[in-house]
Amino acid sequence: MKARATVHSALDVERIRRDFPILSLKVNARPLVYLDNAATTQKPLQVLNAMQGYYTLSNANVHRGIHYLSARATELYEDAHIRAAQFFGAKSMQEMVFTKNATEALNLAAYSLTQSLRPGDEIVLTFMEHHSNIVPWQQLALQRGLKVRFVPIQSNGQLDVHVLDEMLSERTKIVGVVHASNVLGTINDVKSIARRAHKAGAKVVVDGAQSAPHVKVDVRELDCDFFAFSGHKMLGPTGIGGLYGKQELLERLPPFLFGGDMIREVHATHSKWNDLPWKFEAGTPPIAEAVGLHAAMDYLNALDLDRVHAHEQMLVFRALNGLAKMPGVHVLGPLDARARTGLVSFETPSVHPHDLAEVLNAQGIGIRGGHHCAMPLAEHLNLKNGSARASFYVYNSLSEVDALLAGVKKALKLFG
Amino acid sequence: MYAENILDHYKNPRNKGVLENPSVTHEEFNPLCGDRIRLQLKVDAQGTIVCARFLGTGCAISQASASMLVEQAEGKTLKEVRAWSKEDVLDWLGIPIGPVRLKCALLALDTLKNALEILNKMNPSVVQGARP
Repeated sequence: MKARATVHSALDVERIRRDFPILSLKVNARPLVYLDNAATTQKPLQVLNAMQGYYTLSNANVHRGIHYLSARATELYEDAHIRAAQFFGAKSMQEMVFTKNATEALNLAAYSLTQSLRPGDEIVLTFMEHHSNIVPWQQLALQRGLKVRFVPIQSNGQLDVHVLDEMLSERTKIVGVVHASNVLGTINDVKSIARRAHKAGAKVVVDGAQSAPHVKVDVRELDCDFFAFSGHKMLGPTGIGGLYGKQELLERLPPFLFGGDMIREVHATHSKWNDLPWKFEAGTPPIAEAVGLHAAMDYLNALDLDRVHAHEQMLVFRALNGLAKMPGVHVLGPLDARARTGLVSFETPSVHPHDLAEVLNAQGIGIRGGHHCAMPLAEHLNLKNGSARASFYVYNSLSEVDALLAGVKKALKLFG
Repeated sequence: MYAENILDHYKNPRNKGVLENPSVTHEEFNPLCGDRIRLQLKVDAQGTIVCARFLGTGCAISQASASMLVEQAEGKTLKEVRAWSKEDVLDWLGIPIGPVRLKCALLALDTLKNALEILNKMNPSVVQGARP
């Protein structure tokens, strides 16, 4: 192990792990190795304490009461919007709509953007999309007579932007693209895609569920029109996510959900909408979750996302190297760790991904096996049984990557 | 971890193959896992399964349970296999199956049940064992 002593992490993993008591669990009499972070991440004490603190001393409904607690809850809820807006480089909190998760954010964008489209208009997506950035568009396209087209993936795990250029025309109204693939780990060049799409007059909707937790995102630098994210994939609680949208677009678009809080005036036959971002937030929102998300973003800011990315690249480099050397293992996505977020998917033709996950679970290691909610991608890459995926985060260590590699070897032997 | 018997059935599946002139052929597919099982039964006039074969792809649990099921089915009457439940399959497997893997474990049984439904529509008396 001497040679490895020269590897220095950008993060103090030992110290970080103290904030996550769940990581001390034993699973099947082995220390838990949690490598399913692309599905959801664990929550640090800072997030849990913020949420408990909110319910303990600040709980009330927002935007309603005149009383002390309502004012306090409203302030905390709006502060969370301000933090999220800053976190992604938005101009102001008017551009930051909170939703249940990234899926709801993408549904919001899809519904509101397609209301003004006409039959024959086109939506361009990619074969790298998660179901959440396919199904909403597909269903609205069926209702409104729109056409959905898919940009293919090259053998190096990157999108074929030349095909995108060929697809773009005056009929293209929307380009939907995943910032980082939940299967391949590929980080897409959203800035370049947005430039191409805007030249054709299309709006750009980015699924940032897998990028927001892992790389520094600046929505104005990317120049995307919309950016969706999920709180629970970035150390925050479940039940909250968000949609960044350019203010002038959000002002023009019709609301997605209707009800309380999103209105200014209600009459028997018509209503007027509230200001941004509340126009897009109907009903009592996830207030405690917003407080938790705020704490999660503070935690990530303190770690520094550039360091988070560097740390994950170190883990991915080790995993890619180890897996590439194993006969019977086929790694998916770019082979260059620098072009990736912190996950590695791989195929083991002699072992079904569920069997591999089961064998690893017996050793306390949690990974994901299957199609990862991206069936068109599995089909596009001809992965009959899907793939196995190990996804890393701030609290994972090199020795956990080594445990994964040893576990995969063991499974291959068992089924060989 | 997987018990020896599961790995054994997975690596050396019993009764894997195709029947000529089956009484019934039925296939079930679980798109979430990609598990696929095609079951064929040959049944005599008394309602006894004289031959059972399967074809399939998928995880060890789904394929091992299919292999165990066809092995158990041969020589049984339709009435007997109609009474099989989830518990019988879990008994054969002999390891605890978590909620996520249950659909893998029970795919073969579901295939059998639906095959029996088809037979029942074609010839109810044979399936229900009314005839001697």
